[in-house]
Amino acid sequence: MRRCGQVSEHPVVVVAGSATGEVLCLDEPLSFWGGVDPRTGEIVDRHHPQRGCTVAGRVLVMPSGRGSSSSSSLLLEAIRNGSAPVALLVRRADEILSLGAIVADELYGRSLPVVVLDSATYSSLMTGETVAVGEDGSLNRQSDSVDDGPDNTTGG
Amino acid sequence: MAAGSGPTLSATYAQRVDLSVEDRQRLAGDAGPAARLAMRIVVRLAESMGVDRLLDITGAHVDSCLYHGQSGLDFAGRLVEGGASVAVPTTLNVSSLDLLHPELHRGDEAEGEAARRLAEMYEKMGCQPTWTCAPYHLENRPSLGEQVAWAESNAIVFANSVLGARTARYGDLIDISAAITGRVPAAGLHLDENRRATILIRLQDISPDLLNIDQVYPLLGTVVGAASGSRVPVIDGLPTALSEVRLRALGAGAATAGSVGMFHSVGNTPEAPTLEAALGGREPHEVVEVTASDLRAARDRLCTASGSALSSVCLGTPHYSVDEFQNLVTLLTGRRVHTDVDFYVSTGRSVLAELELRGWADLLRSAGVTLVVDTCTYVSAVLADTTGTAMTDSAKWAWYAPGNLGVDVVFAGTSECVESAVAGKVLLDETVWSGV
Repeated sequence: MRRCGQVSEHPVVVVAGSATGEVLCLDEPLSFWGGVDPRTGEIVDRHHPQRGCTVAGRVLVMPSGRGSSSSSSLLLEAIRNGSAPVALLVRRADEILSLGAIVADELYGRSLPVVVLDSATYSSLMTGETVAVGEDGSLNRQSDSVDDGPDNTTGG
Repeated sequence: MAAGSGPTLSATYAQRVDLSVEDRQRLAGDAGPAARLAMRIVVRLAESMGVDRLLDITGAHVDSCLYHGQSGLDFAGRLVEGGASVAVPTTLNVSSLDLLHPELHRGDEAEGEAARRLAEMYEKMGCQPTWTCAPYHLENRPSLGEQVAWAESNAIVFANSVLGARTARYGDLIDISAAITGRVPAAGLHLDENRRATILIRLQDISPDLLNIDQVYPLLGTVVGAASGSRVPVIDGLPTALSEVRLRALGAGAATAGSVGMFHSVGNTPEAPTLEAALGGREPHEVVEVTASDLRAARDRLCTASGSALSSVCLGTPHYSVDEFQNLVTLLTGRRVHTDVDFYVSTGRSVLAELELRGWADLLRSAGVTLVVDTCTYVSAVLADTTGTAMTDSAKWAWYAPGNLGVDVVFAGTSECVESAVAGKVLLDETVWSGV
């Protein structure tokens, strides 16, 4: 195992895909088994600082996955139900979550990009901003302000 | 459905992973659609990990058979329709149902039916209907150096640590894919370099009397797990010739409180004849000292209940062994569980068959014990009362049951669990902790 479980100073595409969504930053790793309601995407882990937030449709930014290997199944179930994040941006690669994303792609043709970020990019991401994740792991950060839309190239 | 059937794999993945002729045939669909899907999952996982080589395995233990929702049925259904058949001897982990005693299921009817359908699909793929989280209790367990693909954290840590077999920390979806293809990424605990200990756990001033008590081992496990995270620890200072029951409880605790897939115990586990051997001749990255008060604090953390009211006793996480039942029979002979207390022991159906032969099953039932097989009381709807306090001798059960079931928990030794069950209230023997 060369890369797995290690941090990276370059973005590394673990599962390729593209997606755009609003960022939700988690302060601690999250287990999908017992931590997320697969019907709604709500964080239900009693000990998690972001308990009550929903991961559905969000670009989820967190240090890593955590805990049970059943999390692969729970991420798959959330993807099937449309309650999963649209992308996972992490500091540490996590095979358990990668598997959920890979099998969802194989089974349903729905992909969820998983990218390991370098520390500077990781720490600069803020909850609420809109980010587009590219196939190559690139991030296109877009203002979420109404007056300064994502494709506003003409400036103010 | 065209999902995942495009050219991406051959273009992007297969070139980066060294594949055998058989691997390529599976990817091409020569062995049928299920083998193709399973092979794609193994290869894509290897690629995502940056691993460029696969290994052959001689056996698998599968956890994907536990029902979590419709996607599990979709996945297994796709495999069965595609003609899936396991390539290596494969055992099954627990279901969410006691398949032999369906009357014990108190949960949703439709969910029970779905769990039963899922179980049938895994049997159809040729998996043995073992339905146990303790596959090391079965015949033909893997031997030293054997490469296998096991899921279920307590089984993984037992296989690596106690048997010296080699498995990475597998889980849902990859376990059955590995069983169908007989192939896994060459990574993690399959490889020598990842099996040496990098953290040293040193026992400090823990009395021999304390180390002679069974309940200390699951507690030590939780302390070791919390200190180690996903690293491989070596524990120095334990008595030698530790029983499998104690080593198993230690590993299960470590895999619960941390992501430990393997531990060494100097003089006990096969790859740790000496401390130096366990460390692979190198210095540990970290040394952690564990005292008796750390163990007591671990015990206190596992107890969420106060007061003496008692509703249930739950033993058998991981599944009880014949040796553990022998102890229980000794403790319960000539006695009866109080009518206000439900007493459950979870075990595998193969162990139950042995209990029936020995006459212990009837003895325990007449003493008021409910024997639960194929599942575990913390992942299934079996408990009659989840509002009260439950006692357990399992650190793993104590850790997960409050979140899964909503019960309050008291962790204690097996004999305290039995004394409490007979008395109908929580009785703790604090003398074992005197002076700590």
